[in-house]
Amino acid sequence: MQQELDSFVSQAQEAISLANDLVALDQVRVRYLGKKGEITQKMQGLGKLAPELRRDAGKVINVAKQAVQLAIETRRKALEQAELERKLQAESIDVSLPGRGQQNGGLHPVTRTLQRIEALFTELGFEVAEGPEIEDDYHNFEALNIPESHPARAMHDTFYFDAHTVLRTHTSPVQIRVMAEEKPPLRIIAPGRVYRCDSDLTHTPMFHQVEGLLVDDTVSFADLKGIIDEFLRNFFEKDLPVRFRPSYFPFTEPSAEVDIQCVMCGGDGCRVCSHTGWLEVLGCGMVHPSVLAHVNVDSEEFTGFAFGMGVERLAMLRYGVNDLRLFFENDLRFLRQFR
Amino acid sequence: MKFSEKWLREWVNPAMSTEELSTVLTMSGLEVEAVEPVAGAFSNVVVGQVRSMEPHPNADKLNVCQVDVGGDELLQIVCGAANVAVDFKAPVALVGARLPGDFKIKKAKLRGVPSFGMLCSVAELGMAESADGLMALPVDAPIGQDMREYLWLDDQSFELGLTPNRADCLSIAGIAREVGTLAKAEVTPDDIDVVTEQSDRQLNVRIEVEQDCPRYLCQVIEGIDPAARTPLWIAEALRRSGLRSLGPVVDITNFVLLELGQPMHAFDLAKIDGGIRVRHAAAGESLELLDGQKIALTEGTMVIADDQNPLALAGIMGGQGSAVSDDTRSIVLESAFFNPLSIAGRARRYGLHTDSSHRFERGVDPALQRMALQRATSLLLSIVGGSAGPVVEVVHEKQLPCRNAITLRAARIQRVLGKEIASDEVMDILQRLGMSIAPSETGWLVTAPSFRFDIEIEEDLIEEIARVHGYDQLPTTLPKTVATMQPHREGRVELTRLKEILVVRGYQEAITYSFIDPEMQRLISPHEEAVTLMNPISADMSVMRTSLWPGLIQAMMHNLNRQQPIVKFFESGLKFIKQNDEIIQEKFLSGIVTGQQSPEQWAEKTRAVDFFDLKGDVEALLATLAGGQDFSFTAEECDALHPGQSAAIYDVEGQKVGMLGALHPAIEAKLGLSQKVYLFELAVNCFENAKIPRFEPLSKYPEIRRDFSVVLSETVTIQTLKKTVEVAATSLLKNFQLFDVYQGKGIDSGRKSVAFSLTFQDHSRTLEEADVEAALAPVLSALTDQLDATLRK
Repeated sequence: MQQELDSFVSQAQEAISLANDLVALDQVRVRYLGKKGEITQKMQGLGKLAPELRRDAGKVINVAKQAVQLAIETRRKALEQAELERKLQAESIDVSLPGRGQQNGGLHPVTRTLQRIEALFTELGFEVAEGPEIEDDYHNFEALNIPESHPARAMHDTFYFDAHTVLRTHTSPVQIRVMAEEKPPLRIIAPGRVYRCDSDLTHTPMFHQVEGLLVDDTVSFADLKGIIDEFLRNFFEKDLPVRFRPSYFPFTEPSAEVDIQCVMCGGDGCRVCSHTGWLEVLGCGMVHPSVLAHVNVDSEEFTGFAFGMGVERLAMLRYGVNDLRLFFENDLRFLRQFR
Repeated sequence: MKFSEKWLREWVNPAMSTEELSTVLTMSGLEVEAVEPVAGAFSNVVVGQVRSMEPHPNADKLNVCQVDVGGDELLQIVCGAANVAVDFKAPVALVGARLPGDFKIKKAKLRGVPSFGMLCSVAELGMAESADGLMALPVDAPIGQDMREYLWLDDQSFELGLTPNRADCLSIAGIAREVGTLAKAEVTPDDIDVVTEQSDRQLNVRIEVEQDCPRYLCQVIEGIDPAARTPLWIAEALRRSGLRSLGPVVDITNFVLLELGQPMHAFDLAKIDGGIRVRHAAAGESLELLDGQKIALTEGTMVIADDQNPLALAGIMGGQGSAVSDDTRSIVLESAFFNPLSIAGRARRYGLHTDSSHRFERGVDPALQRMALQRATSLLLSIVGGSAGPVVEVVHEKQLPCRNAITLRAARIQRVLGKEIASDEVMDILQRLGMSIAPSETGWLVTAPSFRFDIEIEEDLIEEIARVHGYDQLPTTLPKTVATMQPHREGRVELTRLKEILVVRGYQEAITYSFIDPEMQRLISPHEEAVTLMNPISADMSVMRTSLWPGLIQAMMHNLNRQQPIVKFFESGLKFIKQNDEIIQEKFLSGIVTGQQSPEQWAEKTRAVDFFDLKGDVEALLATLAGGQDFSFTAEECDALHPGQSAAIYDVEGQKVGMLGALHPAIEAKLGLSQKVYLFELAVNCFENAKIPRFEPLSKYPEIRRDFSVVLSETVTIQTLKKTVEVAATSLLKNFQLFDVYQGKGIDSGRKSVAFSLTFQDHSRTLEEADVEAALAPVLSALTDQLDATLRK
């Protein structure tokens, strides 16, 4: 019987190795291990043997059975693995094909710049305030210490609707509107559109400013220098040299214009900075006592500073834009560069 | 203010380079905008004189000149200038000279005749943009002298961008004073000869407007030489300051204007009828100005008149009728102080801006007039000759500006600047600035000099101290912060969030001008009243937008013209609508879409964008508020939109918050558009009151879904259908989901098939079939009874 079983096992192993798929493999299993399989029949025949032989015969049959089972199992795993590999192979895709769906749009670079400025100042406790763009003479000029006859009016290139109604020439009127409503301490920034009757290579009749105002009991020019310094370094993410130059605005005293070292040439002098190595980026100063008086703030009790910056100018310097007019052409090829 | 460095250095000569001087000025508040050489770079150019000349044998327009340049022999130079003549003195570029533009002068043959150098024009020496003929040098120019040396051309022109408060620096004297203060250098003005009167000819002067003109001086000079020329040194000083030479009398008044800062005027004595009257113009008077324009004078304008007529616009511009001309023999020189307020804004109202009005409206030193007149007279006598009459001066002392003493507190200096400035330094600075100081209890009493119109209050003095001390010497600190949190209303949907939503949905933000073409405004919103600018940049930017759509349409067209297949723009900003004499300025968020629904891609077919794409975007914005549930879209017409494809958006209170729809086909045609365009607008203030989320417990029991298909009239809107279902259903109904709308084959015309599902769920138990049937019964009967709907099996 041992011989017979050995031959079953070797035949089965031969058949198993030839089975190329799971179906063929199962046929082999049925032939040897199925209900009427060769080895199963031997097992069933044990009862007919003499009881003293049964035990040994059983052992021998079991060894044969296990050998066949193991061979089948091994083969099955190999076949399954091959099958899986075939399937994975068939299912592979070109992952370099682009993804589906919408493309994101983007914010206008002026908005992007404004959001950056707002984020930096709101961290310092400044609140965003807004005001009308069609302004009256009082808020745009009078209350800011620019009476009718003041030479500074000529510098403003104002758009008029009638003698007393203008398009605001700066965001400074928001200072007045806020101070008329709320009492110090105050920390506000006022971003928005402003208008000047001027249009050429370097001027558009509409542009954006951010006005800042801080009024409190112990605010000094040194604080103004500190905040502007901090802002510019953070805005440009660079340890830029900053300088304050005496200047003049009717609504601040002392007044300053602020230059940064030219970000284009690093201060060596280039076309952008007119070969001075410096770029003017904002105007500022201590709020003029007459302005405080207009809104009933006692300048003995409170002092304050204000600053104003041109957003397009900062955006141009930050992103290297060389033509102001691009900001208002709304050409998608331009806008998409700021996604 | 433009001036020559050399001229300034004649007044004050600190030991610093041009660059250092420029930095000192800029950092003290007198911003140097440009520093330019007064002539081009050239060498080997000398004074020459034409001794003889003859026509070129082979060329009509050329002459062959023999030129004396101070050497042993005359130079033969071929010259094409029309003004060349025997004895003419001109600059000569010698062989080996280099002219601006790196142009080398070599021996040359011009049409066969050898030429050894070149006679030059001002343009060829880089002293002017253009020139008409050779540069004429004075008869006394020393032959052979180097031109750079002769005209001291190693000099720079400084251009200062002066702020309106610093009128005191609108002269060489003023800048010198400032530099003297800043650099602690001595200022050495030219001595002025006081001319003794040589005749008794004088004009009677009457000031009728004392407040506007507190001081008026004049002096007659008779018998001037009409052939006199402006000396080169004055012409050069003017040129380097950006002024043209216009004849000796005018040039001298301009020279004094630049030197001392006093605007002056010269009248032709022969044209004056009687005396001088400083008065206001009367109604109906007019004046022809020096620039040739004739203006109607408005009442109240100050004029200089004779006994009959206005002669000049006081402090602004002289009149043509009394102007000095080539045959003027006698003149009247005017040197006056006009009150800044009487000139300010005046010139602008006549559309004029002159060197004179520029100074008077900012403030001319009221103590300067006599000195300036003496300076001009002495220069005139030495240049054009003549005899001077007595100086006539009318002055109303009380009307002259006076400088009040200002209290300056040491403590205030420290408070404003954030630094204590030593007393000694404060006093030193103020004294150097010409202020007079007296000590007071808290600090000082300070009186500004007559030329400082800008010093009125304590802060003005503090600025002066800071400026001279140096802004860069002041400390840099951060303001003390009391940490207070700003209120953050959760119910307010920030515009930035709405913008982000649109960006993710493929929109690009645009910023368009707030003023638009009136034609476009009428096309888009013919029933809104727009406000119009009095002085627009151009006609197509002359009315304020009453909608953001015109700007967005223009931005879209700009990009369609550049072959962009998809344009999706949004913009936020104010629109301006006139209502009952009031201008309503309201902030809107608006958008435009056209072209493909999605970018061209390999996996999906792209299609044209439609109304419901746009509506989806609008719904996404409204969803930030209360899931968008509380808004209704109602078919409503609007001028700019397709009447069958436009909707108004109403909030739960019935307030209209926006519009959306397809651009009206008539407008499309007018704009030459060949594709559908969709637009929306939302009032930003509708995003103020979002619902704060309120938790509802989650049900543990399963949902039951039932699908329906009904046929009903095509006029029944989905909104009505949904509402009918929701009203009829019990609270077990959790969701109404539309999944198909069909019209066409198999459905009677005028009707449509609508498929939807209803989802039921209870919080406390699993629903039985019978529960659902019970909940459905009223829904089905409402559909049949109220909407005439038939259920499709």
